[in-house]
Amino acid sequence: MFGYYLQMALRSLKRSPVLTTLMVLAVGLGIGASMSMLTVLHVMSGDPLPGRSALLFRPYLNPLPLDFKQSRFGPDPSIKMTWPDAMALLQARKGVRQAAMAEGRALISSNNPDVRPRNASVEFTTGDFFAMFGVPMLDGQAWSATDDAQRARVVVLSQSLAQRLLGNGHAVGQSVNLDGHDFRVVGVVQDWKPRPRFYADAQAKLYSGSDDAFVPLSTAMDLKLGVNSTSGWGNDNDSLTSPTVSWLQFWVQLQTPAQVTNYRRFLHDYAAQQKASGAYQRPPADARLYGMMAWLDHLNLVPGDVRLQSWLALGFLFVCMVNIVALLLAKYLRRANEISVRRALGARRGDIFVQFGIESALIGLAGGALGLCIAEIGLWSIRQRPDDYAHMARMDPSMLLGTFLLAVLASVLAGLLPAWRACRVAPALQLKTL
Amino acid sequence: MKLHPMLSSLGHHKLTVALLVLQVAFTCAIVCNATFLIAQRVQRISVVSGVDEDALSVVTVSDLQAGDNPLGVHQADLAALRRLPGVESASMVSNVPLSGDQNSFGGCGSLEAVHAAMAARSTEVPGCASPDDYEVGTEALRTLGLKLVAGRDFDAGDYVPGTSGDDLPAVPAIIITRDLARRLYGDGPAVGRSMYLGRRGLQGEGVRVVGVVEHLLRGSLVRGAGNDQSLLASVEPGHASVRFVLRSKPADRARVIEAARAMLATRVAGRRVPDRDSQPYTRIRAEYFQRDITMIGLLLASALGLLFVTALGIAGLANFWVQQRTRTIGIRRAIGATRGDILRYFQTENFLIVSGGIAFGLLLALALNLWLMERYELSRLPLFYLPIGALAMWLLGQLAVLSPALRAAAVPPVVATRSV
Repeated sequence: MFGYYLQMALRSLKRSPVLTTLMVLAVGLGIGASMSMLTVLHVMSGDPLPGRSALLFRPYLNPLPLDFKQSRFGPDPSIKMTWPDAMALLQARKGVRQAAMAEGRALISSNNPDVRPRNASVEFTTGDFFAMFGVPMLDGQAWSATDDAQRARVVVLSQSLAQRLLGNGHAVGQSVNLDGHDFRVVGVVQDWKPRPRFYADAQAKLYSGSDDAFVPLSTAMDLKLGVNSTSGWGNDNDSLTSPTVSWLQFWVQLQTPAQVTNYRRFLHDYAAQQKASGAYQRPPADARLYGMMAWLDHLNLVPGDVRLQSWLALGFLFVCMVNIVALLLAKYLRRANEISVRRALGARRGDIFVQFGIESALIGLAGGALGLCIAEIGLWSIRQRPDDYAHMARMDPSMLLGTFLLAVLASVLAGLLPAWRACRVAPALQLKTL
Repeated sequence: MKLHPMLSSLGHHKLTVALLVLQVAFTCAIVCNATFLIAQRVQRISVVSGVDEDALSVVTVSDLQAGDNPLGVHQADLAALRRLPGVESASMVSNVPLSGDQNSFGGCGSLEAVHAAMAARSTEVPGCASPDDYEVGTEALRTLGLKLVAGRDFDAGDYVPGTSGDDLPAVPAIIITRDLARRLYGDGPAVGRSMYLGRRGLQGEGVRVVGVVEHLLRGSLVRGAGNDQSLLASVEPGHASVRFVLRSKPADRARVIEAARAMLATRVAGRRVPDRDSQPYTRIRAEYFQRDITMIGLLLASALGLLFVTALGIAGLANFWVQQRTRTIGIRRAIGATRGDILRYFQTENFLIVSGGIAFGLLLALALNLWLMERYELSRLPLFYLPIGALAMWLLGQLAVLSPALRAAAVPPVVATRSV
């Protein structure tokens, strides 16, 4: 029966080519627009470290005074951490692993005079960073806790920077120069680009760029290497160690739910202690422990524009679907005679329903195929834009499948009402007029 | 024409008509709001920067090894740039409007305002502001094309070398924008008054305002008011990196940039001026707004796409109805209806349906706007958008129905006598 219905549907679609084209076009446009926007939303709100992110947590402390007024001209200082807080959490070692980090820039050169010195993006961090985030180490190893404590002049380079500075040879053990200080290369990591770069300062470009080099935080403090951005709210805003200057990120790895509960309690106790000593003014309940995805949500990374565009595209899809329902309804009801004859010859309501359902699904398939092409064109044009996130606008297999399912589902849904109306045509009434 | 038969005829297609009304309503609501969003973005990207945009080129030099006297190097470079053919004037500036960078300090117009700001821990008190600070060298006003509306330009004796720290060095004079002057001093004269700026301002040390310029936009726009509140300080850069602005005829810009790059590259060994760091000012501005331009394009495409799909829907349905009613039309023609009557019948029918959609759609547009206001901090939809939106929908409906209605009008009366 299915083959027969398919044949009937094809014949019916061919009978009114203009209308069929219009319907396919409407489905295609709606699907294309919504899928290209949803793809952008999908890649922007993606998991930066699949498989690892469930174990990573971001403690949040709020040392701002109660009467602090958020300026229109700058970011919320509390999304970064102060040096005293970060050091307290680091030294408490309550997590399986923990690291504090901040971004800076430095002039990097090697002993080879032919290689031009370059301004590189440097991550100042602590030893656990690599193991905790699973940064793939190609050669050598991360620095040790002793290096952190002794402010050792050691550096881990990204593969591309190592190649540029030191050529293709063995980089580990060689020496490079950062802002006039000699550092020993202890490791080389693969160019590591989680998207978004969850551990970076929220004002940095989170969807492009990556770290060129990693240096112990203590060493960077010792040598006064330049930090990219700080926010201060007190009277002493110049010193990086001031309790009223925030500039650090802090992440902790927790393995079990019990550890998470314990860490929450620890954080709460720490905040309570700070409040008791007068360092904090806000209640300890303000201290929170965010999971990876919750933290990204908290940062509100996806620009309002992108969300707005997605809603717009969904509204567009909705109007397209209403359009299809109306057109299909008109089309099916015009065939009341044909339906009546079939019914009189013994077709059940269900048969009629399936027949028209197949016709709707065919339109959905064709519209989905067209929508996929339109979405690819849309994504291509987004990739041509210079926005930070634009280069990531690509469909992955799950989005591809989703697009197709959405198209077929939407048009089958759109076909339901017309098909239902069609199968409820009263045969006797129609046959009389024949 | 009597509406009653038309309404009862539409009553036979309740569901279809309802769907069409729904579609028109949603299209109307979305298009009204999309148009409003587009208008807002267009307004945003057409903001006046105050500088002579088409005449300017910006070249940034950051030497990796600065040497002992970076300012001396910069001054020599500047002198060489001024000698380049095609360059009308050149200057050193710390920033240009809409570059995306900013360097802003809180500042107040009087000591009482300073105390009020300290008490409130905010510069959002009357008489205070957070202007964007431009540190500029000689000939900056002439090069940028800023219009002086009161007071004077900087004197040769006003310039001080900059420091590498964040705070503004002690300067003898500043020039502020008219908007900032109004914020600080109300309607009174600003020239000759003191401004209490940054940390020195908090300690009661004022800087004299010597001039007022008409406009100078911030380096990076902020939400709300205050984007035209900037100040110029006579500070020449004391660190390794410097931004030169060159003024030339618009047609000469490409040549001037090329010449400047080539010349600057030869002046210091190992120096390179990358492509990105030397560009006409118009490109800097376009880059700042490129996201808004993307958004305008997307909104425009969606709105047009929606209108297109809705027009298709209306035309498609009308076409069906004409086919379905061919015989009825023939009968009406046979008993005396003119072609005009038939044409008007379909046009009026379309008008009724679209009107229903519009009535519903305008309410929906307001509701959508409320939702957008809540979620995306949009402003309220001005009411004049509604009649314009309604008019556009009526026009769209009439255009879409025209071809099927004409076809209906062309049905000959003889059809009535034929069997199906």
